[in-house]
Amino acid sequence: MIRNSILILLIAGMAWILFQEFSAYHGADKLNSISEYYAKNAPTETGAANLVTAIVVTYRGFDTLGEVTILFLTAAIIGFMISTGKKTDRKPEQSNSELLETASNVLLPILILVGVYIFINGHLTPGGGFLGGAVLASAIILWLMSATGPKISHALLEVTEAFSGFGFVILGVLGIVLAGGFLDNKILHLGTFGTLLSAGAIPVIYSLIGLKVGAELSKIIIVLNQTQGEEK
Amino acid sequence: MMYSLIIIVMSLIMLVMAFMAIHHKNLQVAVIASGIISLFASVIYIFLAAPDVAITEASIGSALTVVIFFYVLNKIRQSDDTK
Repeated sequence: MIRNSILILLIAGMAWILFQEFSAYHGADKLNSISEYYAKNAPTETGAANLVTAIVVTYRGFDTLGEVTILFLTAAIIGFMISTGKKTDRKPEQSNSELLETASNVLLPILILVGVYIFINGHLTPGGGFLGGAVLASAIILWLMSATGPKISHALLEVTEAFSGFGFVILGVLGIVLAGGFLDNKILHLGTFGTLLSAGAIPVIYSLIGLKVGAELSKIIIVLNQTQGEEK
Repeated sequence: MMYSLIIIVMSLIMLVMAFMAIHHKNLQVAVIASGIISLFASVIYIFLAAPDVAITEASIGSALTVVIFFYVLNKIRQSDDTK
């Protein structure tokens, strides 16, 4: 009883604080100094048409490296903690419905293509490595569920993940050697603004991030899928 | 006007789904309810002109997370059966 009333009091207090914040809020009528700098100089400095990508990959590229590292650690820990016992791909107890199999045959190539499109065009259209990777991983889910087509090669996933992570760091270090600093995108020619091969190293970096994220998320799903078939 | 009406309706559905996700007896229904929250959130993100966030929310929130939850539920049920 006392515990519940304290909880209600806490929630009411929280609601009061949030309401104060909400009622005092009024939208800013001009950009603050950092946003103004980015909005003015990012197109000429990085050559990326998508401002978000310019900030995520170059100005705050170090943060992105940290995020990728966190994701890598998560995948590694899940693989380490869960994969015990013998590894068997789960055999479905009953055959899949024809609907699922046919739909996955049609959808799988399109899904993979969409994922790759999203991260290759990350510097031009809304999107980028992380979402491209997530879309690739959802394609892998469909692949596992429908169990049609060839088996997913685990070695290929591991090699992809290792080399893309390695390439990302190498590109960052090349930025120190050849251009202004870590993860500087001017190691390649900036090119024409708004075309596919522009914005220096941004498309390369984002493709590597996309492959890495896709491989890691798929790895998590595959490891969890393997535990389903284990006998206790 | 129409715009905010749609967003309000979707937010109400999200609230109901959140309640279901916490209080429903059947865990499978609860997991699907939490996936529906992400689905409606991604539609709201599109209305708020953030397509990139919407794609992330749709693929992570309503595909990957739900599938991972189902794998774990299945695993828990298996080990309960063998006990």
